[in-house]
Amino acid sequence: MVKEEQEESSNRPDNTAFTQQRLPAWQPILSASIVIPMFLLIGAAFIGVGVALFITSRDIQLQELDYTGDDSEHPCFKCRTNTEKCTCSMTFSIPTLFKGPVFFYYGLTNYFQNQRKYGASKDDNQLYGDLNYFTSPSTDCDPYTRDSKNMPIVPCGALANSMFNDTFTLSHTVNGVQKIVPLDGKGIAWWTDYNIKYRNPSITPLINAFNGTKKPTNWPKPIYELDTTDVYNNGFINQDFLVWMRRAALPDFRKLYRRITHDDYAAGLPAGNYTLTIAYNYPVHSFNGKKKVVLSNVSWMGGKNDFLGIAYIVVGSMCVVMSVVMLIVYARFKFAEDV
Amino acid sequence: MQAVLSSDFSFAQFRYLQRLLLVHGRWSYIRMCKFLQYFFYKNFSYTLVHFWYGFFCGFSAQTVYDDWFITMYNMVYTATSVLALGLFDQDVNDRWSFRYPQLYSPGQLNTFFSKKTFVRCVMVSTYTSLVLFFIPWAAMQDSVRGDGKDVADYQSFALSTQTSLMIVVSAQMFLDTFYWTAINQFFLWGSIAAYLAITFTFFSNGLFFVFTSSFPFIGTARNSLKQPNVWLTMFLTCLLCVLPTVAFRFLHMQLRPTITDKVRYKAREEGQPAPAPYRPPPRRVSTRRSSYAFSHSQGYGDLVTSRKFLRLKRRPSLFGRNQSPLVENQPQHYRTITEEAEESQT
Repeated sequence: MVKEEQEESSNRPDNTAFTQQRLPAWQPILSASIVIPMFLLIGAAFIGVGVALFITSRDIQLQELDYTGDDSEHPCFKCRTNTEKCTCSMTFSIPTLFKGPVFFYYGLTNYFQNQRKYGASKDDNQLYGDLNYFTSPSTDCDPYTRDSKNMPIVPCGALANSMFNDTFTLSHTVNGVQKIVPLDGKGIAWWTDYNIKYRNPSITPLINAFNGTKKPTNWPKPIYELDTTDVYNNGFINQDFLVWMRRAALPDFRKLYRRITHDDYAAGLPAGNYTLTIAYNYPVHSFNGKKKVVLSNVSWMGGKNDFLGIAYIVVGSMCVVMSVVMLIVYARFKFAEDV
Repeated sequence: MQAVLSSDFSFAQFRYLQRLLLVHGRWSYIRMCKFLQYFFYKNFSYTLVHFWYGFFCGFSAQTVYDDWFITMYNMVYTATSVLALGLFDQDVNDRWSFRYPQLYSPGQLNTFFSKKTFVRCVMVSTYTSLVLFFIPWAAMQDSVRGDGKDVADYQSFALSTQTSLMIVVSAQMFLDTFYWTAINQFFLWGSIAAYLAITFTFFSNGLFFVFTSSFPFIGTARNSLKQPNVWLTMFLTCLLCVLPTVAFRFLHMQLRPTITDKVRYKAREEGQPAPAPYRPPPRRVSTRRSSYAFSHSQGYGDLVTSRKFLRLKRRPSLFGRNQSPLVENQPQHYRTITEEAEESQT
């Protein structure tokens, strides 16, 4: 008899909290005392933040100058079909003081830097200065890996090959005299790009590292001649190159070209007439793209973007309205105590 | 023995059926449905964002997220918490399940997962994916950092979208889980912590130096997550995805409470259901029965059907069909197996 009882008990399942699903647990319910105040609080906070964002965005000054030259009256129209070096100038005026520091961007539209194969077409090892990849670049760069004579291209890939190469000078008309506005090109790329992600090979002079390689097909100058005046801006760590290689997420984008922070213009661009002289090299006509120059100042929330402020205000007011609706529903339809 | 070996469930006594159906069967149905619904939701939201991005990347199948995030999402970041949901979730505990067998009816009526709920799940996921993509899209248009540098680049966009997605699906898990054991808590917060740890590791210098071409996102977290506009965009995205669900569920609970809502509310008020009153078992009068199992002889069939013994006593019926407490949604006072076991021990 005793044996049978022992056998029975050994077949019983464990009576622990885990196996019998009696683990101590928190069982929350969406109760009115949490949901309604939460909506009200979120609504009020959002409206506050939205108003702050909207006011800040309104105060940012922005000036866009399209210089594609699609219109036959435009000064840059002649440069569209010109295959050789072409320069054009545009005049524009600034009505009030453009508060500094002013940022000078170039913008492109209908340009798909986010296309998958295009964006993957680069060799990170080459750009990090690994000489092994100079002689045998990664096949990701195809068809821009080797040139027609089977020489390796450095930097390889479509992303590098299509680097933007228009240059700009800005001059301010003061009493009939054109005064050049100094543009600062230092520190326009991310610190991590400049110091960590992209490194020049450690051979000096730099040109020797590139023996046996060729420049990208569409470039006028090789990478080690991008800035011969400053060794810290030459090669892979050239700021304009870094800015271009940080590919944009959307087809209409803006990239930082220079900053206006020097001398007389440190406080901003005074009101007046200005002339923008463009060395028009970059062809965008074939894909209906547009090129523009954008002058902007920034704030704590970045550039001018009304969307975020408006979105916050709209969502905040919807939250407040919802909390009122929920309060009314709860008060009227509070379900009965007995089931 | 053979029946036991070839069956899904086997048990020795009919009374065990009560627990099997009303507790375990019901929980199993609820867990399965919640698991499926959540799984479809998180994967549809995650994938449809790529569909919307297609319109803006030349339909080149460019992924919106970092490649490592895509690898880790279904294997690490969302796998464990949904597993915990499917294993441990309970809407009410076993005693309340016995008290209100009406809780079993959603399973019979197929309410928790059907074609209709699947379509609803897909619509909610589509809305989530639209918000997840288009809010950052609109906010990042021509935006820059506070120092004028780039923040509308592909890598920052990917980081902010994937972080918003993680927060949104974790918040949805938070709303879906009704029974928070320590394991659920650990898996949910652990998944978020794992996401942050892995992302920051993969975006750091160390791994970049070792495997240069595998970790191209270096520096992205440092450069974009210091910007208030990135955080504000993510905050707006997450709340715009989650708040409609909260509002809808709250209003549904107030206007059309289901039996589950009512019992959960009651369970919260009262803790455990009051134990069923002790009813002494009805006394049974023993009747003598003759055995007539010998089939080779004529047997006693004539004797049995002669109506000379085994007379039926007329007993009043215990309750009529219309008086059933089940119909009136009243609590049932059956004693459960565990209660009987406790009774017999005391």
